[in-house]
Amino acid sequence: MSTNEPDHGGSDVAVHDGDLPARFENPGLPEHKHRLTDTDPKAARRAEKQVALLFVLSIVGTLVMIVGYFAVKMDHGLGFLDYLDRLALSNQILGIGMAVSLLGIGVGAVHWAKTLMPDEERIDYRHLQRGTDEERADAVEMLNTGVEESGFARRPLIRNTLIGAMALFPLPGIILFRDTGPLPEKVLTETFWKAGDRLTLDPEGGPIKASDMVLGAVAHVMPEGIEEAEHVLNEKAKAAVLLIRLEEDQLAPESLDGAYGGIVAYSKICTHMGCPVALYEQRTHHLLCPCHQSTFDLTQNCKVIFGPAKRALPQLPITVDDEGYLVAAAPFGEPVGPSYWERS
Amino acid sequence: MSTTSPLEKAGATTGNWLDERVGASKVVKGFSRKIFPDHWSFMLGEVALYSFVILLLSGTFLTFWFVPSAGETTYTGPYAPLAGQHVSEAFNSTLHLSFEVRGGLLMRQIHHWAALVFVVSIIVHMFRIFFTGAFRKPRELNWVIGMLLAILALIEGFLGYSMIDDLLSGNGLRIAQAIVLGIPVVGSYVSFFLFGGEFPGEAFVPRFFVLHVLLIPAIMLMLITIHLILVVVHKHTQYPGPGRTNNNVVGFPLFPIYTAKAGGFFFIVFGVIALMGALFQINPVWIYGPYDPSPIGAGAQPDFYMGFLDGAVRIMPGFVEFEIFGHTVSPNIFIPTLVVPGLMVTPALLYPWIEQWITGDKREHHLLDRPRNAPTRTALGVMAITLYVLLWISGGNDIVATHLHLSINDITYFMRVGVFVLPALAYVITKRICIGLQRKDREKVLHGRETGRVFRTEEGEVFELHAPLSAHDRWLLVGFDAPEPAQALSATDAAGVRRPGGRLEKLRQKISKFYFEDRVAPVTPAELASAHHHGDHEEVTAGEGSKPAVGSGH
Repeated sequence: MSTNEPDHGGSDVAVHDGDLPARFENPGLPEHKHRLTDTDPKAARRAEKQVALLFVLSIVGTLVMIVGYFAVKMDHGLGFLDYLDRLALSNQILGIGMAVSLLGIGVGAVHWAKTLMPDEERIDYRHLQRGTDEERADAVEMLNTGVEESGFARRPLIRNTLIGAMALFPLPGIILFRDTGPLPEKVLTETFWKAGDRLTLDPEGGPIKASDMVLGAVAHVMPEGIEEAEHVLNEKAKAAVLLIRLEEDQLAPESLDGAYGGIVAYSKICTHMGCPVALYEQRTHHLLCPCHQSTFDLTQNCKVIFGPAKRALPQLPITVDDEGYLVAAAPFGEPVGPSYWERS
Repeated sequence: MSTTSPLEKAGATTGNWLDERVGASKVVKGFSRKIFPDHWSFMLGEVALYSFVILLLSGTFLTFWFVPSAGETTYTGPYAPLAGQHVSEAFNSTLHLSFEVRGGLLMRQIHHWAALVFVVSIIVHMFRIFFTGAFRKPRELNWVIGMLLAILALIEGFLGYSMIDDLLSGNGLRIAQAIVLGIPVVGSYVSFFLFGGEFPGEAFVPRFFVLHVLLIPAIMLMLITIHLILVVVHKHTQYPGPGRTNNNVVGFPLFPIYTAKAGGFFFIVFGVIALMGALFQINPVWIYGPYDPSPIGAGAQPDFYMGFLDGAVRIMPGFVEFEIFGHTVSPNIFIPTLVVPGLMVTPALLYPWIEQWITGDKREHHLLDRPRNAPTRTALGVMAITLYVLLWISGGNDIVATHLHLSINDITYFMRVGVFVLPALAYVITKRICIGLQRKDREKVLHGRETGRVFRTEEGEVFELHAPLSAHDRWLLVGFDAPEPAQALSATDAAGVRRPGGRLEKLRQKISKFYFEDRVAPVTPAELASAHHHGDHEEVTAGEGSKPAVGSGH
């Protein structure tokens, strides 16, 4: 193998200027340095044993995995925590066995290549991607012949109708997707809440008496009967409400109309991207959305005071019914949740 | 040939059979001794390729149990805290797969870890390509294919993550739906078509499933195939060095060296990911619970690859939303989620052509650049990384706040300014570092390397001996092209006629100046010779250097 001669790799671009070249010349490949395993048969023998050991390790790993699969039983009779421990054990034995099985082969093969296979660099030559002028002329000629034979250029009637047909035929493929969903209509503007709907605890259920709401109390609320809705999650995604009681004088004047004795209800669905605004800071009366940190001030009618949301959380006007349970006085006065084009 | 063993005979028979059917000998002849250059950074793309294969294997296993349906069922499995809860079939089957199918949890975790490794390796591979200029002609197409694969990988990951229908991914999906909803004019329609009606509905699980396991993997497989065919057609790029030229490939043959090395490396990548699946828990959906639009946990985080988008959303001020003619326009949503990624991807996608236009260089390039030798490009790359990392950190601003005891509001305000200022700063610093390294290279070529041996002459002068570089060591430091800024052409040609495209040409010259005005040229033989005449200490070392003075330029 005489691929190691310096002149093979030598650069051929060097313009001479006077007696010194304008640029340095590529000195060609450096002399090949042999590895220990190339010169010392003992070292080679050692490397050979190491590779074989790694392959044996792989076999052991495979066996561990097979044995582990059958030996570690996922017994439903176990207690919950014991079952989790068993699962972790199974996962580790199977995974580690598999990893050893794979790594043994992989590391062994690479070690083999690096220590025992020839490491003398060889040279291939590149060719321009571009065809020769002759090849290009032939290609153009062939294409022209084809165009000529098809009559594509000579028969504009065929050409133009074909273009028209090709332009139109994908349309049905698009139209076919029309029935992937209904049109939005007014669905986004409505929620499950109607006037008179009782506020019930989410997720445990049960109506809430105004007297249960002590000062500072917070409750996650859904309208009564939402579990019987046709699409429960779709309705919950719009109807979720936070109920909080403050001192009446802490509330902004514009919230008082919809409040009942300091108790206010606001949509829990963020007006930014629809996450539940579920974090309430008692001390500051701020509501925080954990997704993008939009912050709403309860004492300012849930106006945005920080973050990427623009609009205040809509208020659900509430009152009490004859039995003293909190009910919606009216539906939301505006669409809840994130913004969209037709919203306003 | 009278002593052929049965094994050899069987091999010969098989070979003959294959050759007579499919011309196997030509394939072997054409490919088996093909030369590939060696460098650790060429493994990055391999990691991406292998993790894709691992994703196909582990993903296929998962489909045998995963039920792609949002239909409601009651959980009755061994995970006690969720007993009796209403969950979707998708969530239920994921729990069954994790808790009751032996090896199911391992495969799920391998699949998830492999997805993360896949995206990371694509990103790092892409930056390797960028910083070394491997995207230059004739590899522009492969750059574009790679970018498309990166984008598809993000979408593919998000779909797979979402279709499990757990609480965390459900909130992520809600955000995705809000992004769609916020597209001006058509948003609500697209959202209703995508989800088959209102969010969340029941259509998304089976739809995402078929996109995740069939359509997108098929497109990716096709693109990967083209990507690899082009690597073979172009022959792999190589790093500069003695003996390496633009017209050759120096390295090792496919068979047996790379069969063993690359084949072995597949097993190593698989083994490491299996180890991660065995030891590190990922996406424990049973802890989050099934999706319900009402509850949420603090510190909600997407998978890391969505973090930069989430960060852009988090630092976007909300006041930019406005109403006009009875319509709501939400730039606070579409700027960070659609415009910003568009502005990040488009210049990257077009970069090979942008640079080609600026340099006017239409030659094929197979020798890689050392990043320092393309200072402006390298600085632009670091600028992009800085922006990406800042957005990513912004996506975890709540985590940063709780761990570093900082105000989340302060972090957000800082990032709002930081994403404009810090990338620019990173650009300037990187460019100075590159130019500094280039000057150091020049210095080394002109005056030799430091030997650490300090001498004092009889006259009392103290100096350190410098040893001249060997021709081989020197070549790496001088064998590169340093393009010069485009020369200004007069606005009119020799005949006094205005040149066409004069304004565009002027722009090109301006950008070219920006790119190359502070170029550091490689040392020429003449410069080295003159340095030797001036520097007497090098004269001394040329004779008595610790190394034989090979190619000292005399």
